[in-house]
Amino acid sequence: MARRDTPEINAGSMADIAFLLLIFFLVTTTMDVDAGISRRLPEKQPPEAPDPPIIKEKNVFEVIINMKDELLIEGEYAKVKDVRQLAIDFIDNGGGIGNPISDFGETEGQECSWCQGAKNPDSSVHPNKAIISLKTDRSTTYGTFIKVQNELGGAYTDLRNRLSQEEYGQLYTDIVTELEKDKGNEVLKGKISRIRTMYPEIISEGEN
Amino acid sequence: MSKFSKKKKGLPPINTASLPDIVFMLLFFFMVATTMRETTVMVAQTLPNATEIKKLQDKRLIAYIYVGEAQDVETYGEGDKIQLNDKISAVKEVKSFIFAAREGVNEDERDYMTTMIKADINCTVGTINDIKKELRDIDALKVTYSARKGEIE
Repeated sequence: MARRDTPEINAGSMADIAFLLLIFFLVTTTMDVDAGISRRLPEKQPPEAPDPPIIKEKNVFEVIINMKDELLIEGEYAKVKDVRQLAIDFIDNGGGIGNPISDFGETEGQECSWCQGAKNPDSSVHPNKAIISLKTDRSTTYGTFIKVQNELGGAYTDLRNRLSQEEYGQLYTDIVTELEKDKGNEVLKGKISRIRTMYPEIISEGEN
Repeated sequence: MSKFSKKKKGLPPINTASLPDIVFMLLFFFMVATTMRETTVMVAQTLPNATEIKKLQDKRLIAYIYVGEAQDVETYGEGDKIQLNDKISAVKEVKSFIFAAREGVNEDERDYMTTMIKADINCTVGTINDIKKELRDIDALKVTYSARKGEIE
């Protein structure tokens, strides 16, 4: 009887081939996730546009970074680590009547009922009127700029987290992560947009 | 002769039959978890740390602008350089770069396009402001400042 078995294929070089492919992929691909601080630039105004409305000085939180990376907040020297608390105090002040929020069916501006600030008459009147103005010098280091941006964004996140905890018993950041996993969930979207309307992020970037 | 036959037998060879399987497993892991590198970065890239970062989901909708000092200082000179695609460019080329990026995206998705500014920690804000001005001119308003997740020092 003739032998029917096929001779065994030598698989010794299989590992080498696989290693070669592996090294190719290691070299040509990257693993970095695209993440960063998102901001929206202001729209460009046409030259014949009407003058922008005058904003009261008390509604503007002025942060200036000079060419030596020193910080001036509302006319006083400050450190990067102080930015967050100062910004929170300013946004959350709630000293008066804000813009009407059409999403809540308001026709006239209301007081900020969810603010817990000091209600100082010389600070912002309402979160939706509170503007943070970040002015930099051309020679400011980008690293410092990002640190300050991060703290300003952090102030909004802290406030939104607090509000969300009170309203829904859940942190705002947790709702956002949940929405990432469960895309298109209308309930979560509604919660997020409600909190965003109550504490809208208004940061203006300018150059000195 | 008995002297030779007494010689100890060597260790049995290690079975390497499963080695390819292990390597293939690693290979598939890297194929799934990574993405192809599209540009070679020619500028210094030490990204700043930040805590309040947002992940961007769809890579197709991102246009990358790299900013930093050129690695090849002799050719390009000192100071902040802007890299678009695979070459160091002038600020005024940002507009055509964004237009080109828009061409590659479906019309209904163009509103969701983001410009990712990947700037080195040591560059100056002036360069970034120049880019932002160009972006404003052509209504590319969504901007992300690239950062790593981590505590700021």
